[in-house]
Amino acid sequence: MSESLLEVRALHTSFPQPHGRANVVDGVSFDVNEGETVALVGESGCGKSMTALSLMRLVPKPGRIESGSIRVGARDVRALPVTEMRRVRGGDVSMIFQEPMTSLNPVQRCGRQIVEAIRLHHAESKAEARGHARDLFGEVGIPDAEERLDAYPHQLSGGMRQRVMIAMALASRPKLLIADEPTTALDVTIQAQIIDLLRGLQRELGMAILLITHDVGVVNELADRVLVMYAGRIAEEGPRRDVLASPGHPYTRGLLRSLPGVVGPEDRLEEIEGVVPPPAQWAHGCRFSNRCPLVFEPCVETQPERFRLSDGHGAWCHATKRDGGGAR
Amino acid sequence: MEPHVFSNLVTTALFAGLMLALWGARRSLLWRNAGRELVRRRPISLAVVAAYALVAGLDSIAWTDPHDAVGEDQAVLLGVARTVVDRFFPADFQEASYSAPLADRELYGGEPLSHPGAHWLGTDIIGRDVFHRALKGARVALIIGGLTSLIVLPLALLVGVSAGYVGGRLDDAVFFVMSTLASMPSLLLLIALIMVLGVGTVQVCVALGVTGWVGLARLVRAETMKIRELEYIDAARVLGASELRIVWRHVVPNLMHLVVITFALLFSSLVLSEVVLSWLGIGIDGSWGRMIDQARTELSREPVIWWSLLTASIALFALILAVNQVADAVRDILDPRTAGERS
Amino acid sequence: MIAYTVRRLAYGFATVLGVLTFLFALFFLYATPEDMARRALGEKAPPQALEQWIVNHDYHHPLLWNPDNPGQTLIVDHFRRMLTFDFGRSDADDVLVTRRLRKGVGPSLSLTVPLFVGGLFVSISLALFVATFRETYIDRAGVALCVFAMSVSILLYIIGGQFLIARVLRWFPISGFDPSPEVIGRFLVLPVFVGLAASFGEQVRFYRTVFVEETNRDYVRTARAKGCGDGRVMWHHVLRNAMIPIITRVVLAIPFLFTGSILLESFFAIPGLGSITVDAIHENDFATLRVMVFLGSLLFIVGQIATDICYTLADPRVRLE
Repeated sequence: MSESLLEVRALHTSFPQPHGRANVVDGVSFDVNEGETVALVGESGCGKSMTALSLMRLVPKPGRIESGSIRVGARDVRALPVTEMRRVRGGDVSMIFQEPMTSLNPVQRCGRQIVEAIRLHHAESKAEARGHARDLFGEVGIPDAEERLDAYPHQLSGGMRQRVMIAMALASRPKLLIADEPTTALDVTIQAQIIDLLRGLQRELGMAILLITHDVGVVNELADRVLVMYAGRIAEEGPRRDVLASPGHPYTRGLLRSLPGVVGPEDRLEEIEGVVPPPAQWAHGCRFSNRCPLVFEPCVETQPERFRLSDGHGAWCHATKRDGGGAR
Repeated sequence: MEPHVFSNLVTTALFAGLMLALWGARRSLLWRNAGRELVRRRPISLAVVAAYALVAGLDSIAWTDPHDAVGEDQAVLLGVARTVVDRFFPADFQEASYSAPLADRELYGGEPLSHPGAHWLGTDIIGRDVFHRALKGARVALIIGGLTSLIVLPLALLVGVSAGYVGGRLDDAVFFVMSTLASMPSLLLLIALIMVLGVGTVQVCVALGVTGWVGLARLVRAETMKIRELEYIDAARVLGASELRIVWRHVVPNLMHLVVITFALLFSSLVLSEVVLSWLGIGIDGSWGRMIDQARTELSREPVIWWSLLTASIALFALILAVNQVADAVRDILDPRTAGERS
Repeated sequence: MIAYTVRRLAYGFATVLGVLTFLFALFFLYATPEDMARRALGEKAPPQALEQWIVNHDYHHPLLWNPDNPGQTLIVDHFRRMLTFDFGRSDADDVLVTRRLRKGVGPSLSLTVPLFVGGLFVSISLALFVATFRETYIDRAGVALCVFAMSVSILLYIIGGQFLIARVLRWFPISGFDPSPEVIGRFLVLPVFVGLAASFGEQVRFYRTVFVEETNRDYVRTARAKGCGDGRVMWHHVLRNAMIPIITRVVLAIPFLFTGSILLESFFAIPGLGSITVDAIHENDFATLRVMVFLGSLLFIVGQIATDICYTLADPRVRLE
C-alpha cells in the first residue's frame, strides 16, 4: 500500500451552542492514501462537512479547530502560517462544494474565475492561463469551451456549473480533491455523469479523493474505503466492499437500509428513526445509543472502542464487540 | 368628559391591549422562546425601556384632588388634574426664572428660591423644574411611538395583506399608491402634512403614520405573496376554510415577526423625527424635542445654561439607545436571514 | 433594454402624476385657497383682503370644474404649471419661486457634495475594515459605536458641534456662508464635519451588513478554497458583489444632493434650498413648499430609474425583458 497523503489525528472542531461550545467534530482520526478514494458518509448534521472544512482550515466563524493534528504530505496544516496555507488550498488540496449554484462568483465570468485559480498557484500570463483554462474545460467535458469561458455562472446548467467547479479545482493538479456532496444538488442523470467524470479524472490524474456524502449509492460507485460518521465521531471504517456487504455498526446498517438496491443484510434491523440530534442532545456514551435498536447498558455509559472486524475494517460499537462481530 | 378622565381611559385601554398581546404571545412556543432569548441578550436595555414605560404610565394617570391646592394659587390649582408623577413634586414647584442644579438662588438676580436645593437639575427660563419636565417627556415620547404605531401597523397590515393576497388589479393600485407616497421625501412630506393638518399631538402622529406605513406595507405585501404560494394554504382551502379564515389563521400569524421588527425599528426613528419637527416649530408640547429646541439658544447666554439641554438630551439618548439595542436583538432573533449570524 | 427603459419611464411619469394628484388633494382640497389666504394674512383679515390675495396668487378659479371655461380650473392650472416648471410666485413675499430655487442650488450643492463623497468614502472604508474583523472585538465595538452614534439626535450633533468647535475652540465660524472660493471652505468645514458625524453610524452599519452578508456566501468559501488571501477575497470578490446593494443606495441618494439638507443649512445659515424650505414653513408659504415636495419626488423618481438601469449594469443575472 502506498504511503498516506493525508493524516488526521484526534481532530476536534467546536461551535458555540446556547450553553457553551460543543465539538461538532469530536476526535476524528483517519488517513487518505495517495490515489485512493475515501468516502466520509453520514446524515446531515453529523459533522462530515465540518471535518472537510477543518482540513482546509476553512471552518466558518465562530467555529474553530480546538485540537488534533492534520498532516498533508510532510506539512502540518495546523501549524502553517497563513500564506503557506493559501498555497496548500487549491494547490495540493482542492475542494468542490455542494451547491454549484451559489459556489461560483455570480458577477464574474467562469473563465476569469478559473484563470484566477491558475494564476494563484502558477506564474502564468493571463493569456497562457486562459489557454490552460480552455484545456481544463475540455478535460472536464465542457463542450464549446471558448464560449463557456465567457459565460456567467447563471447562464450555465447545474451540471455544467459543477464541471466548472471541478475544472477550477483541478487547476493546479492537486494531490487530494475534497468533494463535499458533489452530486447532491443535481438531477439523477447529471449525478451519474459527474460520478463518471470524477472516476475518470482520478484514474487519469492519480489524485486522491475525499468524498463527503450522505448518499450510499455514490459511495458504492466511487469509494475504495468508507468512513461512517455519526454525531461528530467515526462509527465505522473499512474497505468499501466489507463495510457495504457486512456492516459492523447498527448505524451503518440503518444507512444501507435507507437505500434500495444495495446489497445489505436482510435480517433483524428496523429502519433508524429520527435524525441526528443537535450537539446539545448528544448522548454521553455511544452517541448512537438513543436511536440504536441494539442498545444495552454500556452503550449509555461509556464510549465504545474500535472493534476490529477484519483487516482495516473496524466498528465503534459495544453490541458488535459483545457479539464478536457475529451479530451481523 | 374631563380630558384627564379620557386620558386615563385611553391609558387603561392601551395597557390592557398590551397585556392581551403578551398573553397571546405567551401561548406560542416560538414567541415564548423569542422573548426568553431577548431577555437573555438585552437585560439592561429592556429594563431601561421598562423604566421609561413605567414613568410614562404613571404620568398618564391623573386626577383632581382638593388637597392639592396650596399657597396663593389655590384657585388655579384646584381644578387641575395632576398625574402620579406630578405628585412626586410639590404642587407649587416653580421658581421665577433660571436656577442652576441644586442652587438656592436664582441664576440672574440672585433672589432666593422658594424651594432651595430641591431642583436637582435646575429650572428653565420660567422656573419650571427640569427634572420634572424630563420625566414628563417620557409620556410624550411613548405617545409618539405608540399612537403612530397604532395607525401604521393595522393600516400596513390591512393594505399589504389584501394587496398581496388578492393580487391583480387591487395589487396594481396599491402598489401605485405606495410608490407614489414613497417617492415624496419623507421629511418634506411630513412637514407639508403637518402644515396642512395643523400642529397638535394627534395631527403629528397622523402625519408620521402617513409617511411611515409604506415601508411595512411593502414588506407585508411581498411576504404575503410568498406565503400565498405555500402548500399549507392550499391544504387549508381543500379542507374548506374560507378565504378570510385562511388569511386570519394562516397568513397574518406568519407576518407577525415583520410587524414586531418594524415596530421596534420604527419607534426610535419616530421619536427622533419629532425632535426635528420640534425644532421646526411643529412638534408636540412637552416633548424632549421642545426642551432641546428651547434650550438651544441658552448655550449662547452668559453664564451658559447647560442643564436643560443636557437633561433632555440624555433622557432622549438613553431611551433611543435602549430601544435601538432591543430592536437590533429582536431583528436578530426573529429574522431568519440574520438568525445565527451572531451568537 | 430600450423597451424596458421606455416602460420604466412611463411608470415614472405615472408616479409623477400620482404625486401631483396627492399634492392637489392636500394643498387645494384639504387646505383650500381661503385657508391659505387666512394663514398668510392672519385670522382677522377682512374678506376683501382675502379675496384680493386669492386673485393675486391666481387661486380664484374653481377647483375642479369650470362650466364657462373647462381649462380654467385650479387642478388644470396645478398640473400644467408643475409639469412645465412654471412655479409662480411665493405665497409669502411674491418672489418668483423659480428664481429662488436657482439661487439656492449652488450653496446646497457646495454643502451636500462634499458631505456625500466624504460620507461614502469614510463609511465604506470603515465598514470594510469592521467586516474584515467580523466576529471579533473590533467588529463588536464598531457595531456598538454605530448604534451609539445613531441614537443621538442630529440636532444634538449640530448644537454640540457649534458649541464646542465654533464657540469654545473657535476653529471655525459658527455659521454663515460666502461663495467666494478663498473663504468658502472656512464656512463649510464645520457643517460637513457635523453632517458626517450624524450620518456615519447608520451608513457604516448598513455597509457592514452588506459586506458581512456577502462574506458569508458560498462563492467566498470557494475563493478561499482555491487559495485567495483575505485582501484578495475582499477586493476581488466581496466588493464587486456588494456593489449591487451599494449602488442602489448611492444612486438613489444623488438626486437629493440638489435639495440640500434642511437642518444643516438652516443651522449654519447656508442660503440653499434647505433654508428656503425652512423659511417657507415659518412663513406659511404653501406655494414654495408644494414646489419643494414636487421637486423632491421628481428627483427621487429619476434616481429610481437611474438605479434600476445601473443595477442591470452591475449584476449580470438581471435580465430585462
